[in-house]
Amino acid sequence: MTDPILTVHDLSVAFPNQTVFKHLDFQLERGHFLSVVGENGIGKTTLMRTILQQLKPLSGEISFHPNRKTVHFGYVPQFRNLDREYPLSIRDFVSLNLSGWKLPWLSQQEHQQVHQILAQTGLLKIQKQPLGMASGGQKQRAYLAQALVERPDLLILDESTASLDNVMKYELLDLVKQIQQQQGLSVIFVTHDVPLAKQYADDFLLLKNGTYQFGPIAQLPVNDLQEADHV
Amino acid sequence: MFSLEFMRNAFVASTFIAIISGIIGVFVSARNMSFLTHTLSEIGFAGASFGVFMSWPPLNGMLIFTMFSSVIIGRLSVKAARREAAISAISSLFIGLGILFLSLSNKSSSYATNILFGSIIGISRQNVQQVAWLSALVLFVIFVVYRNLKFDSFDAVGAQVKGLWTNTLSIVFLILLALSVSVAAQIVGSLLIFVLLTLPAACAKYFAHSVSGMMLIAVILALLGVWGGLALGYTTNWPVSFFIASLECLFYFIALAYNYSHQG
Ligand SMILES: Nc1ncnc2c1ncn2[C@@H]1O[C@H](COP(=O)(O)OP(=O)(O)OP(=O)(O)O)[C@@H](O)[C@H]1O
Ligand SMILES: [Mg+2]
Repeated sequence: MTDPILTVHDLSVAFPNQTVFKHLDFQLERGHFLSVVGENGIGKTTLMRTILQQLKPLSGEISFHPNRKTVHFGYVPQFRNLDREYPLSIRDFVSLNLSGWKLPWLSQQEHQQVHQILAQTGLLKIQKQPLGMASGGQKQRAYLAQALVERPDLLILDESTASLDNVMKYELLDLVKQIQQQQGLSVIFVTHDVPLAKQYADDFLLLKNGTYQFGPIAQLPVNDLQEADHV
Repeated sequence: MFSLEFMRNAFVASTFIAIISGIIGVFVSARNMSFLTHTLSEIGFAGASFGVFMSWPPLNGMLIFTMFSSVIIGRLSVKAARREAAISAISSLFIGLGILFLSLSNKSSSYATNILFGSIIGISRQNVQQVAWLSALVLFVIFVVYRNLKFDSFDAVGAQVKGLWTNTLSIVFLILLALSVSVAAQIVGSLLIFVLLTLPAACAKYFAHSVSGMMLIAVILALLGVWGGLALGYTTNWPVSFFIASLECLFYFIALAYNYSHQG
């Protein structure tokens, strides 16, 4: 029996000067972990931005189940340049995502939400530190915490492990996996790292020049991305 | 010093000005808009001169000019990457216009000095009321949009994901900035607005790591600057803006030194 949270049907996306991909079909089961792999510039980020409705597709459909309004996104974008002087503490950075037409100060319940996610992501001890001074791994965890603080149904990670060393990578994904399993979160994880994808994902989507492959992770060809892995 | 009515007026007006400058300044600093603030103050100068030329109160001319141009600048910067060059061109044009209006109005050059460098002698009860109303308006709007403005200012990438209305928010903020610039110019003059809108907030980020904490520190530093400036100006008879600028710069360099010594 299938219970998808997201269905992509016959999706094509183009920029004025180029078509990025054509006729894409896949779905994401609720509570599953989908790895999206493919070379640099193949269109992974573009696909994520289309799913997040920041870009309009050329044709095709993206549908959420039961409907768009019931699916809340958490997104950790590929690039985010926060310099050393970035002033906010990790805690305040994470709280930013509690936005909307609300009173300026956080409610009791919102304080608890922030506390809980900081605890889950292991940031409680350093919550008062300025984010600008944090290490790469701590920053990634803070981005993750920010994306999760409003308890999304669908979490999208765009190369969140790219700048991390081997230990950190596994730590971060263990964390995501744990939250995925505890809360029935659905995850899309964009990466170049095939072994990593193999270890954590349920399904894969491999984008290639002009075509794509979609299936259970066991079927992901190992050799395809070897070169991309070493750049 | 408070026995003189104009001193009382200047004191009340500058208190309001310091409060909104500190608060708006935190967002100006987070949004990297110091340069634009400077441009708006030059546009404000043109507006004030235009007011003089039309025999309006200078503040009204200033409000009209800065509000209109902030919307136009908003359009420009939403799109363009060549924003700095475009903005510099605009500001030169407006300084030129300001000089033109002043010369056409046949007012003495002390008028120009007042607009550019501020003057506390001219502040009437009515000015104080106007400043109070405009400040209240700015604070109210900030209160309403606070959470979204905070998100957009301190993490534009994250806020965009929420797909809200970040373009609208930028324009709302530009209008608030235009209002604050016009109001602040009443005391420090259009050339030195920069001092109140950017320096206290720039200091604050070395001492506080939350938005509210930075606002508090920026407001305190702005208040110390204007109050100190008024007191020193009163006792020495030297220009108040000189003291405000010096105090704020002093705070800024202390903050830099503090930061430097703490980074080791
Ligand atoms: N805003 C844009 N306008 C025009 N072309 C774009 C835009 N964004 C991306 N592209 C192009 O679309 C293609 C796909 O880019 P995308 O960023 O989606 O790749 P990616 O798979 O995420 O790459 P990477 O692994 O390097 O992150 C690239 O050729 C890129 O140049
Ligand atoms: Mg990408």
